[in-house]
Amino acid sequence: MGGSKSLFFGAEFRRFSLDRYKPGKFEDFYKLILHIHHIANLEVMIGYADVHGDLLPINNDDNFFKAVSSAHPLLRVFIQRQDEVDYSNFGTNTLSRKKKALVTLRNDNLRRRPHINISMPHDFRPVSSIIDVDILPETHRRVRLYRHGCEKPLGFYIRDGTSVRVTPHGLEKVPGIFISRMVPGGLAESTGLLAVNDEVLEVNGIEVAGKTLDQVTDMMIANSHNLIITVKPANQRNNIIRSSRMSGSSGQSTDSTASHHSLPTSHVLQNFHPDEMESDEEADIVIEGGLEPQHIPKLHSITSSSLSRINGSSLSHRLQRDLVLNNNSGRESNGNIHKLLSSLKTDPRHSLVIPRGGIEEDGTVITL
Amino acid sequence: MRRFLRPGHDPVRERLKRDLFQFNKTVEHGFPHQPSALGYSPFLRLMAIGTRSGAIKLYGAPGVEFMGLHEENNTVMQIHFIPDQCQLVTLLDDNSLHLWSLKQHGGASELREEHRFTLKGPPGSPPSATQVTAVLPHSSREVLYLGTESGSIFVLELPSFRVLEDRTISPEAVLQRISEDNCNRRSCELVEALREHPKNPDQILIGYSRGLIVLWDLQNNKSFVWLSFQQLENLYWQRDGSKFISCHYDGSYTQWPVSSDNRQPEPLENTVPYGPFPCKAISKIYWQTTKNGLPYIIFQGGMPRASYGDRHSISVIHGSQQTAFDFTSRVIDFFIIFSSDPAAEFDDPSALVVLAEEELVVIDLKSAGWPAVHPPYLASLHCSAITCSHHVSNIPLKLWERIISAGSKQNIHYSSMPWPIDGGTNIAPDPPQRDLLLTGHEDGTVRFWDASGVCLHLLYKLSTVRVFLTDADPNDNMNTLGEDEWPPLRKVGTFDPYSDDPRLGIQKIYLCKYSGYLAVAGTAGQVLVMELNDEDAEHVVDHAEADLLQDQEGYRWKGHEKLKTRDGPVRFEAGFQPFVLVQCQPPAVVTSLALHSEWKLVAFGTSHGFGLFDHQQKRLVFVKCTLHPSDQLALEGPLSRVKSLKKSLRQSFRRIRRSRVSSRKRRGPAGAVQEANAKFDQDALQEMELAPVQRKIEARSAEDSFTGFVRTLYFADTFLRDSSRHCPSLWAGTNGGTVYAFCLRVPPAERRMDEPVRAEQAKEIQLMHRAPVVGILVLDGRSTPLPEPLEVAHDLSKSPDMQGSHQLLVVSEEQFKVFTLPKVSSKLKLKLTALEGCRVRKVTVANFGSCKTDDYSENDLAVLTNLGDIQIISLPFLKLQIRYPCIRKEDVSGIASCVFTKYGQGFYLISPSEFERFSLSTKWLVEPRCIVEMPEVTSNNHVHNKSGTENAARKSSFFSSSLLERKSGRLMEHALLNDESE
Repeated sequence: MGGSKSLFFGAEFRRFSLDRYKPGKFEDFYKLILHIHHIANLEVMIGYADVHGDLLPINNDDNFFKAVSSAHPLLRVFIQRQDEVDYSNFGTNTLSRKKKALVTLRNDNLRRRPHINISMPHDFRPVSSIIDVDILPETHRRVRLYRHGCEKPLGFYIRDGTSVRVTPHGLEKVPGIFISRMVPGGLAESTGLLAVNDEVLEVNGIEVAGKTLDQVTDMMIANSHNLIITVKPANQRNNIIRSSRMSGSSGQSTDSTASHHSLPTSHVLQNFHPDEMESDEEADIVIEGGLEPQHIPKLHSITSSSLSRINGSSLSHRLQRDLVLNNNSGRESNGNIHKLLSSLKTDPRHSLVIPRGGIEEDGTVITL
Repeated sequence: MRRFLRPGHDPVRERLKRDLFQFNKTVEHGFPHQPSALGYSPFLRLMAIGTRSGAIKLYGAPGVEFMGLHEENNTVMQIHFIPDQCQLVTLLDDNSLHLWSLKQHGGASELREEHRFTLKGPPGSPPSATQVTAVLPHSSREVLYLGTESGSIFVLELPSFRVLEDRTISPEAVLQRISEDNCNRRSCELVEALREHPKNPDQILIGYSRGLIVLWDLQNNKSFVWLSFQQLENLYWQRDGSKFISCHYDGSYTQWPVSSDNRQPEPLENTVPYGPFPCKAISKIYWQTTKNGLPYIIFQGGMPRASYGDRHSISVIHGSQQTAFDFTSRVIDFFIIFSSDPAAEFDDPSALVVLAEEELVVIDLKSAGWPAVHPPYLASLHCSAITCSHHVSNIPLKLWERIISAGSKQNIHYSSMPWPIDGGTNIAPDPPQRDLLLTGHEDGTVRFWDASGVCLHLLYKLSTVRVFLTDADPNDNMNTLGEDEWPPLRKVGTFDPYSDDPRLGIQKIYLCKYSGYLAVAGTAGQVLVMELNDEDAEHVVDHAEADLLQDQEGYRWKGHEKLKTRDGPVRFEAGFQPFVLVQCQPPAVVTSLALHSEWKLVAFGTSHGFGLFDHQQKRLVFVKCTLHPSDQLALEGPLSRVKSLKKSLRQSFRRIRRSRVSSRKRRGPAGAVQEANAKFDQDALQEMELAPVQRKIEARSAEDSFTGFVRTLYFADTFLRDSSRHCPSLWAGTNGGTVYAFCLRVPPAERRMDEPVRAEQAKEIQLMHRAPVVGILVLDGRSTPLPEPLEVAHDLSKSPDMQGSHQLLVVSEEQFKVFTLPKVSSKLKLKLTALEGCRVRKVTVANFGSCKTDDYSENDLAVLTNLGDIQIISLPFLKLQIRYPCIRKEDVSGIASCVFTKYGQGFYLISPSEFERFSLSTKWLVEPRCIVEMPEVTSNNHVHNKSGTENAARKSSFFSSSLLERKSGRLMEHALLNDESE
C-alpha cells in the first residue's frame, strides 16, 4: 500500500494509491497517470521526489519500482508535458534551495535547448562503471571512465606515496601511486567511484608497481579516452560484498549513508557495449581533399548532453544533467557552472558520498 | 583482458633475433668530462687521463685506447706509469692508490685494476701523516716512494703494495743530517716533489713545501741540502744530473748546481720571468737540453698577478724565443715528449702536450713558430655547445674526399708533425664504411666528424655566420697583440663556449650524401640550403621570407628578431656554400627540416606552421599555419614563459648536481664545509619531499599549448589520392597529433625551371590520442621503407615496389600506427605508452644484418624512449623484438642528444663533451681493439727508442703476415687521409 500524489500541469493535484510491493510495470503506470489526469493524447514526462528531495525521472520499470519502494508512505510524482521538460531540473540538488541560484545565473539560450527523449535505455551513455567485480578481490575496485564525447575533464591528480603490503615476511612498506586530488566537476569526481587517497594498482590492466609517477601519468593519459583504473579505495567500507550479489538492487551495504557501490555488476553494465567502445577508441579523424583545415569536428554528436550515472543509494538511476552545449559560449558557461558548483559545495570530497541538500523544497518547483 | 596476453614465442624467430641484435656500448668519443690528472709513459708512448668521476683513459696511436673506472668514483689526483712496465699507479682524492695493468687477453690488451691500497699511519696519528702529496715510481720498478703531508716519505714495495717501514725517510732523519740554524721541524712539512737522479738511481731529490730541498742518498742515507727562501712548488733535473731547477710560489724559478763537495751551494740563477711585479706561482717546470746548447725551459703559470692573473698559461723559453701559450680553460697538467733514450746526450724535446680542463693541446716544438698539432682523437666536441646532431652512413668516396679536401684548407695553420703519442697497435678491423657525424653548434657552425672508426676526427667545419650581420665585428681579431707585447701571450685551443648571438644556433641538419646538398636550420627561423663547392667563391645568397602566420591576424611575436642578412655578395671558403636563405616569420626556432635533392625542394617547420621551398626556382611553394588560435604560448615566443621554465629546469638540475657532488665525501680542509653543505642540501631535499609532487591526469585537447609545433616532415613518392597513380608528397606531423599530407606536382626535369611546383592538401589525419607525431614513414608494396632521394638513381637501392599497396607508418610519442594508403584507415598499432608508460623520444629505421649469413638483413625501427630504453620494433608488424636499458632516465640531455645510424648504431652525449657510441647490431660494431706490447728492454733497463715509423714497423712484426698486410694497407690509407687533412 502506498500513496501517490501528482503535481500536474498548472498545478493540478491528484492523489491515488498503488500496491507498494506489486506496483506493476512502468507502461501500465504511465497509462494510469494519463488516464487519471485525462491527458491521454499528451506526451508527458513523469518524475518523482526521492528521499533526498531530488527530482528524478520515472521512465522505465526499474526506476518506477525504485520510486514506489522509496515512498514513505507518500510518493510525490511530478508530471510535465514532454516538450516543456527542463532536464536540468532532474538530478542531485534539483529540489534543494540552492537550485535557485543556479537557475538565475543560467542565461536564457541555455534553457532553451533541444529536447531529448531520455525515456529509453539506448539514450543513456555510460560515463563510468565498475567492472570485473567477479575476478577482483573485494578490497579492490576496477573503474572504467568513458571520456569520449564528453567535454568534462577527467579531473584528478595522482601522487607518489607508500602503501603497506602483506608479504610472507610480514608487513612491508612499498612505494605506491595514489589519487591526490579531485577536480570539482570533473568526470572522476562526478562518478563517485574514485576518491582522494585511493591507491592506484593498475591502469588498463597493466600493473603500476615498479613504475614511476611520470610513467603512470603517461599511461593514464595515453588511455584517457577509455581509462580503466584498478584502485584500492582508501575507504574500504563501501566495498562490494560478494554474497549480496544476487540479492538485487537492495544490495547490502555496510554504511547506510553512503552505500553507493552496492549494485550488482549486471546492472552496472547493462548499457555498455564493449564493441562500440573499441571502435570508438580507434576513431582517428581523416579529412580528405584540399579543404582548408577547420576545427576538429566533434566526435559524438549523438547526444548533445552527457549523462553521468551513479549507482547511488536507494536509486537505480540518478541522472545528472551535465550542462554542456557544443557551441563555445555553452562551453564557457559550462565552466562557470562547474566553478559555481564547486563553490557551492562545502566539501567536494564527500559530496557524492553524502547526498547534498537533504529534503529541502525548491521554490521554483513548488510554484508550478 | 585477452589483449594483454603475450603472443607465444617462436623459436625460429628467437634464434634469428640473436643473430641480428646485440647491445654494446663500444667507445666514448670526444674529450673526457672534468679531467683531473694526466700521465705519460715515454716507454709505452701512451698517455693517461684521469677524471673527477674516477675514470681513467689511456690513449696511444689513433685507435689505441683503453678505459677503466675506479669503483669509488673519486677524483683521480695523480697518474704515474711504472717505468718500463705496462703498469700505472693512480692516486685518488680519498688517498687510495690503485695499480692498473695492461694485460693481453684473447689477442687484445685490456686495462685492469690489480691492487688497491690506502696508506695507514700508526694509530692515533692525524690523517695528514699519511696524506700522499707526491708519488715517485722508482726506475728499479720495485718500489714506490710516497711523499706525504707530514713530510715523511714512505716506501712501498711493488707490486704487492707493502710498506717497507725500515726504509721510510722521516723528517727527523732528514733533520738529523742537516744542522742548519734556520731549519726546524716545520721545514720538513709537506713533500711537494720527489725526483730520482737521472744517472744515479740511488739518489732522490726531495723538495719540501717551505723551500728545503734535500738530495737523499738511499744507500748511505747521506744528504745534500739546498735552501730556498721561497715556498717550493716543483723540481726538475737537468738530463745529466749536474743541475736541477726549482720553481716557486712567487713566480720565480732557480737553477741549482749539484756537486758533492759543496755543502751549501748558492743558486746559479734565480729569475722571475714575468716580474718585477708580483707574479703567480709556477707550479711545474721542465728543463730540456738540446744539441745547440740552448735549453728549453717550459713552465706553467708565473703570470703577473694583477694584469694576467686570470690566464691559464704555459710558457716556453728557448734562447731569445719566448711564448706564453694562453689556454682557453684551466691547465690540469702537461708533459713534454723528448728523447727517452738514456744513451742520448740531449733531451731534444719534440712536443708539448697540455691537458686543459676542456681540451687537449699539443704544440710542435720542432717546427718554427711552435704550431699546434691537430689531434686525431680527444676532440673537443663542445668547443661551442652542441645543439643538434645528424648522422649519415656510408658516404660515397667522392663526397668524402671533397669534404676532406675542404677541411684540409682550413687546417693549414696546424703542424705537419705526425701524432707524437703513438704507442700500441690498433688491431680492430677496418671500419665497415665511411660515416659522417654532423654536429650543429650554438655559435652557428656545423662540424663534420669522421665517425667511421674509434677515433672521432674533425674533417671540416662549416660556419653559417657569414651570411648574417651580427653584432660581433668580424675584424675583431683575437691576435691583435703586437710584437712587443709583454707577456708574449698566444691563444691556443678551440674551446669557445661563448656564442656571439644565440640566434645563430643550429637546430636541424640534413645532408644528401648523393648530391652534396646540405640544409641547415637555426634558432631564429633561418633555413640555409648549401652546395658543396671545391673552390672558394663570392656570390649573393638568394633570400626569401616565409610568413607562417599568413591568414592569422593580430598576433604579436615577443621573441627574438630575425637575423639581419648581409647585402651584396659574400665571400665563402671552399666547402659547403649557401645559395638560398629562407627566413621564417615569426622567427621561431626551426623544429623540423626535410630536403629532397631530386625534387630540389626543402621543407621546414616551426611552432607556427611549415613551408615548402623550391630551391631550384628559388620560390616559396606554400606555407601552412598549424597554429591553434588559442595557443598564446607559441605566439609569444621563447622569451616569456618558456624561458622561465628553462631557467627553473636549469636550477633544479644544478640543485641535483650540487647535492650529488657534496654527498661525495671529501678530505682536506674544505671537508667540514662540504659536509655541512651536504647536510644542508639533504635537509632542503627532505623539506622538498614534504610537499608531494602530483601529476594532473587529463586527456590532451586541441587547446593545449604547442599543438601546432611541427615535429616531423617527410617526403614520399606514394599513392596519396588513388591507388593507380603515385605522386610526390610532403607529410608533416605536429605536436597535437595531426598529420598533414600534401600532394606535390613537380615538373619533369626538362621543364623544371619553366613550370612552378604545385602543392595541394590531400589529407589531414587527426590522431585520436593527440600525442605528438615524431615520425612518418611510407612502406612500399614489399613493406620496405621508401628509399632516400637519389638512392635509386645511384644504384644503391632497389627501386621501391609501386605495384603492391603502400602503407603509412605514423609514430607518435605514444603509439606506432600503420595505415593503408591511399585511403587512410588504421591497419595495426602498437600502443607503447598505454602498455609500458614510456614515450618515444627518437625513432629511426635501421637495417640489421645477420652475423651468421651475409644474405639476410631486415629493416626494423630503433626506438629510444623517455626512460632511456632502446627498443627494436619489427616492420611492418610492429612487434617488439628486444629492449635494452641504455641511458639513465634522469639524463634528459643524454636522451635528447641521441642519434641513430641507418645500420643500428647510435651516439648520445654522456657529458657536454663526450659521445657514447653504442651498437644494436651484431654485424656492425665499431669498438677499440688494440694491443700494447712491451717494447724490447735492454740490459740497462731502458729502451732504445727509435723514430716513430721504425717503432711502428717493429711492432707490426709481432703479428702474422696477413695482419701485417692489412695493417700496412690501413696505414697507407690513413697516411693518405693525414696528408690531405694536415
